[in-house]
Amino acid sequence: MNEVWTIAEQSGGALKAVSFELLARGRQLADKLGVKLASVVLADSISDEALRELIERGADEVLCVEHPALAGFVCETFAKALVALARERTPQVVLAAATSSGRTLMPHIAVTLHAGLTADCTELDIEEGTGLLLQTRPAIGGNIMATIKTPDHKPQMSTVRPKASRPLDRDACRTGSIERIALDPAFVERRVEVLGLERDVEGFENLEEAQVVVAGGRGLKKAENFKLVRELADALGGAVGASREAVDRGWTSYPHQVGLSGKTISPRLYVCAGVSGAIQHLAGIKTAETIVSINSDPEAGIHKLADFAVVGDLFEILPRLTKRIAERRAGVAEGACK
Amino acid sequence: MEILVAIKQVPDTDKVRMDPVTGTMVREGVDTIVNPLDLYAIELAIRLKEQHGGKVTAFTMGPPAADKALKEAIAMGCDAGVLVTDRAFSGSDTWATSYALSRAVAKMGRYDLILAGERATDGDTGQVGPCLAAWLDIPVLTYVGSLESADGGSIVARRLVEEGYQRVRAKMPCLLTVVKEVANPRLPTLRGKKFARQTALAVYGAGDLDADPACLGLKGSPTKVSKIFYPKVTRGGAMVKALDEAGTENAVDELVAFLEARDLIARDVIAREEIAGEGAQR
Repeated sequence: MNEVWTIAEQSGGALKAVSFELLARGRQLADKLGVKLASVVLADSISDEALRELIERGADEVLCVEHPALAGFVCETFAKALVALARERTPQVVLAAATSSGRTLMPHIAVTLHAGLTADCTELDIEEGTGLLLQTRPAIGGNIMATIKTPDHKPQMSTVRPKASRPLDRDACRTGSIERIALDPAFVERRVEVLGLERDVEGFENLEEAQVVVAGGRGLKKAENFKLVRELADALGGAVGASREAVDRGWTSYPHQVGLSGKTISPRLYVCAGVSGAIQHLAGIKTAETIVSINSDPEAGIHKLADFAVVGDLFEILPRLTKRIAERRAGVAEGACK
Repeated sequence: MEILVAIKQVPDTDKVRMDPVTGTMVREGVDTIVNPLDLYAIELAIRLKEQHGGKVTAFTMGPPAADKALKEAIAMGCDAGVLVTDRAFSGSDTWATSYALSRAVAKMGRYDLILAGERATDGDTGQVGPCLAAWLDIPVLTYVGSLESADGGSIVARRLVEEGYQRVRAKMPCLLTVVKEVANPRLPTLRGKKFARQTALAVYGAGDLDADPACLGLKGSPTKVSKIFYPKVTRGGAMVKALDEAGTENAVDELVAFLEARDLIARDVIAREEIAGEGAQR
């Protein structure tokens, strides 16, 4: 029977958390279909030990394509490698992460494979009777949900937002195969050259992979006050986000921007202060697990989406909250025995 | 430099409906604008033309009324517009849309660069850009935050990715999808608006394209919408008022208790070790 595939992501030989989240989704689908679940890894070099974790977290087999040209993401090279593998082994479902690379790679291979692709799925299921993949996604800023299927084309492909599901616990008893596949050198794209990856760039923020994001908006009134948001983020060990207004006013840089023209995120906790909750902003955080809003306007749109809303003056609330959380965490650290 | 800018006309409000029968969006009766992310692509195209000379052509697929979006692009500084419109295209998913656009590009002739916004604010898939590049067999760079250079037959771009910026060189012709920080869009000038009014758009119908009719529109689309529903937007969470000193203390107490109950403070929820690499480091 045709397999379910998930496309793992790695960096420097270390698998990213989203690889395991995808397996949790894929496991459910494969079990319903009664087929095997394979995790496909494209890497320059990665150890058996690292790949073994994919099996312990749900995969029945690991297909690892290795080549030095796979060190950095080049859409065309990755696409050719995957297309060749998919043509040979004809999976019925392929899931990838809705990341900067997944959202580039999957559309590219959908064209070549003449496959249907649905972006940013929040729910995946198998239709009774037909065995087709049911893909549910938000559209138009999350105001509409659409369930989409691909009746006549294979594979059925989806991207899934990072953090939208939890990885399965590691199970050391699980067994599976690891197969290493060499990349056909003809697949290496000659027109594109990766010059490097700039990390720790000033003003950069990795919001997509953060478990906690604390964001500030126009209610902060001026650039200096943005530090109140940074301090709470530090206390919670989270990343710093911002509304479009805060970025447009120059209080912080664009990589911090959350919303339709910024980043779409699904952290475990999203706290925002002085953010009114324009629909463009809400679209970026709808899938956050827990939302806390702090805004002096009881009618602010953000409060309606919040799991916990505080109506009040953020300049009074934020410093106290930061202090309390810092104390808690310090207390926990002291009391903890590791 | 010959630059093509792929743009999309999108609804201006959140009052968009979807037809529950066909599962496609109903665009009638809603004000439309140029997709806000496409404005960054238009701006970058105009700046490149100002630096290197050449011509910028905006193109879009949509209903006849999408000519308004092209006129706006021209008013900003594009030189020409191509409207790809035909009933045969209606109901296209990203696969069929990108196919039709690729056939339109083939008809437009030689180009060095295709620019587009990273995604459109209505469908919000971000798929048409990479799909179009696949059809045309040209390199694609997505999430471009800045261009370092664009000469000597290649471009050097910085892509905004999860871990930072990926610097990439790509041979032209190539396709870039851009994010907000690439350029701050200018407003149309009066002169631009006048020029836009005087500029006739090229209009391509399905019959004008060298395209397989079976690959167009709803029937050419691999994905089918099977159900539409309106999600509950409100979560109905707790609301506490912190209007005075006592209220603020109480609100902070309750919030801390709430976060603890959800296990969001006590443990190291951040579990940074779980996230591989340095990606999670701030």
